[in-house]
Amino acid sequence: MSVINIEEPNVVIREKRLGTINAFTGSASEIVQRSEEGNLKDAKRKFSQCLGCNAQQAFCQLSMIKDVAVINHAPIGCAGEFSDFNFTYRVEQEKRDLPEDIGRYFSTNIQEKDTVFGATKKLEETIHVAYERVKPKAIFVTTSCASGIIGEDIESVVEKASKELGIPVVTCSCEGFRSKVWTTGFDAAYHTVLRGIVKPPTKKTNKINVVNFWGSHVFDEIFEKFGYEAQYIMPFASIEELEHCSEAAATIHICPSLSTYMGAGLSQLYGVPEITAPPAYGIDGTDGWLRALGKVLGKEDVAEQLIKEGHEKYVPEIDKLKEKFKGKRAYVTAGAAHGQALIHLLRELGFDVVGASVFHHDPIYDSGDRNMDVLAHAVSTYGDVKDYRVCNKQSCELVNALIRNKPDFIMARHGGMTLWGAKLGIPTLLIGDEQFGIGYKGALNYARRIDETLDSIEFIKNFSKHASNPYTEWWLTQEPGYFQGGGSGGCGCRQGA
Amino acid sequence: MSGTIEQPRFTCALGSCQSVVAIKKGVPILHSGPGCGGQITRLIGQGEGYAGGSTAPCTNAEEADVVFGGEKKLRSVIENSFKVIDGDIYVVLTGCTAAITGDDIAAVTGEFQAEDKPIVYVEEGGFKSNNYASHERLVNAIVDQYVDKFKKSDEKVEGLVNVFASIPYQDPYWSGNLEGIKKVLTDIGLKVNILFGNESGGVEEWKTIPNAQFNIVIGPWVGVKIAKHLKVKYGQPYLQFPYLPIGAIETSRFLRQVAEFAHLDEIKVENYIKAEEAKYYSHIEKMADFMLEFRYGIPRRVYTIADSSYALGFSKFLLNELGIIPGPQYIVDDIPEKFQDSVRAEFDNISILQKRQVEVVFDPDAGKNQARLEEDAKNYEDKRLLILGSSWDKNLADKLHADLLIISVPVQHRLIMNCGYTGYAGGLRAIEDIYDRVLATYR
Repeated sequence: MSVINIEEPNVVIREKRLGTINAFTGSASEIVQRSEEGNLKDAKRKFSQCLGCNAQQAFCQLSMIKDVAVINHAPIGCAGEFSDFNFTYRVEQEKRDLPEDIGRYFSTNIQEKDTVFGATKKLEETIHVAYERVKPKAIFVTTSCASGIIGEDIESVVEKASKELGIPVVTCSCEGFRSKVWTTGFDAAYHTVLRGIVKPPTKKTNKINVVNFWGSHVFDEIFEKFGYEAQYIMPFASIEELEHCSEAAATIHICPSLSTYMGAGLSQLYGVPEITAPPAYGIDGTDGWLRALGKVLGKEDVAEQLIKEGHEKYVPEIDKLKEKFKGKRAYVTAGAAHGQALIHLLRELGFDVVGASVFHHDPIYDSGDRNMDVLAHAVSTYGDVKDYRVCNKQSCELVNALIRNKPDFIMARHGGMTLWGAKLGIPTLLIGDEQFGIGYKGALNYARRIDETLDSIEFIKNFSKHASNPYTEWWLTQEPGYFQGGGSGGCGCRQGA
Repeated sequence: MSGTIEQPRFTCALGSCQSVVAIKKGVPILHSGPGCGGQITRLIGQGEGYAGGSTAPCTNAEEADVVFGGEKKLRSVIENSFKVIDGDIYVVLTGCTAAITGDDIAAVTGEFQAEDKPIVYVEEGGFKSNNYASHERLVNAIVDQYVDKFKKSDEKVEGLVNVFASIPYQDPYWSGNLEGIKKVLTDIGLKVNILFGNESGGVEEWKTIPNAQFNIVIGPWVGVKIAKHLKVKYGQPYLQFPYLPIGAIETSRFLRQVAEFAHLDEIKVENYIKAEEAKYYSHIEKMADFMLEFRYGIPRRVYTIADSSYALGFSKFLLNELGIIPGPQYIVDDIPEKFQDSVRAEFDNISILQKRQVEVVFDPDAGKNQARLEEDAKNYEDKRLLILGSSWDKNLADKLHADLLIISVPVQHRLIMNCGYTGYAGGLRAIEDIYDRVLATYR
């Protein structure tokens, strides 16, 4: 179990906290076993492609809190994502019947002279500009490689501003180079909110924290049956709601890769119980998750009733579609835990999952509870996945692995990867809404969408006929894990160049 | 300007990696933090192209590289980029991390240049400038380190011209705009090195840069440094046309200036202009009754939140060809002060008939510009407004019931393939797009 210390301004990075790695070639059972034994080693790649960084994941969690302004203390390039998140923010407002508004995001616009003489003055000014324009309930200041290397004393600036303005002004330390694992950025955002916003509980409520992105509100109906209410955090929560999330009856995760830092923080600091069963993906996964939830809430009977109803309502149609998928070869590429959940789901739907390229691997989560290991669960239920890779979002490794595995279908989670399925003429599906696949209905949702994707083969085949391929013949005849070099956790991987 | 920016509409110096992506089989190699490539493509992306986006090689700087330097890692990534990605030219660009820690990029890249590999480096650092300015440095670096080395000869070829106009991806319509410019120049008898996009011949075309008789810069400032550099290096004179030529008046003006500069056959050029204008105005005539008679309102006043080249090009076009009067112009490209007066002067002469007062505000803080716009719009509640802006302006346009044509990044409410607004055809396209947005508001 990792210890959450909110006295520290910076979050402890995931590699140190959880032993997270970015490279592995082997099988699923092997990585599960090595995770338990604690002997996974990371590798240094001799060739690499653009990743993502901490700052993007931190911003993703902070930028859609309803009544805040976010300041990125950085050169202007680090603000490239502002508009992208603003788009999401606005589209999702509409879904939630919220008034139309833009996200209020500011760059301090660090320039060359600031890297010499310091940029704290600019930060002070920007905090005041943001306050005047937005009158927010809180201001978050996210850091960057540039502000990190020049050694800005941001803490004293925000403390002073916080006193002056009478609202929380909180730093989120998320320099791109700080962690090799971009998901550390999620932890950084939660650390910021735990440290600067969440207050100790004064009462207990009947709310259940759902730590998520901006997925659909599928938990409302489920929790209502238990007599509880869903509190979705952090996007679209207000500062006031976040202040009181310590009063909730429990915390659930839609993806342990995302949010176990928040779950463990609320549990360790304020005693909010955490549901540590794997998230509710697939029929069997939903059964287990509902039972775990029922146990924590002391309502096992409600859980059993929901399981019964869910099976009766959804399983017959799922079974029909399963017939169509039987024996088809599927490949998964995704973050970590969500990808593992998809493996489980696809196998339940009748696919033969021939391989997976996931982006990173957390050998354990912040709760320290092994029960949360989605992959272990997938392996123990349906057996091994022979070709299981941790690819760090390296598309060259994915393309190479796809060519070897020749799947009939690819399930992707994360942009930038689906293109390769299409270029190779393989039907590929990406579903943005994480909650789309939750519960029994979610399993049916997925089955239908997969059926639809397999059906629209004409476009994929035509596109692949005309698509260019930037990869050399040399590369495509090397092992996919070639550049993972020595030190990578598994077998079957040749030494890198 | 160097202060706070809300709603950024350009990116950092590293953004010129997108100009590399716009060269056929160009491969950018980022020596930067792991998130830089993603941040750039999220703002000025729309598709990863051949080897951009998540395909682009990157050293993904981590803590150890910041402390101990990242040269060894860079060497390894360059070496393997040649093995893994099939490119015609590779360009190493540095981000903030390498720039602050002081990695010797010239030395590392130099090892590969010594083996005659097609590789170029640009020492950037995101904080050094925005991507408008770094585009110039990128082109100059390719000229110095690649073109000069691999060129076939220095001999000038009759009628060959290099054009430096739209900045790929920063101008969301760069592909179509460059096509449009190449078309009209080719039509008056020139051979055009357009250098980026589909209409370019890739690196083979770049190698003929020294053979051009002269250069054309389109825009008020970006490209001037390239043209000056080429003037010294290859003795090529240059002609600057200070904005995007959109529609008949400006395209004809542009072509006449080029013809005079290049001593082209005047009669031939005039005949071409005459023929094109006849076609163009036949379409305008066809829809003039609509413009004059449509009873439910068409835009009368235009605000621009865009870069200087677009703001000038569009305002001239809208005033003289559609009768839409320019309101304040918010110029957000952080254009250096020394060029600002010339932009103001162009706005003074925006009309084909008279002097006009146009308010011009140079400020990259578009959040502040939006507040100014909203304040100004209060005086024109009787008018239907047009905003030329970006996806950032959707909310404001909705609030003011204004029509919004997105001509600047970020572009999230439109998919752009080869649409462009330059030339005669581009002007007609602009009219279609503006009135498409207007008419789509009626039930």
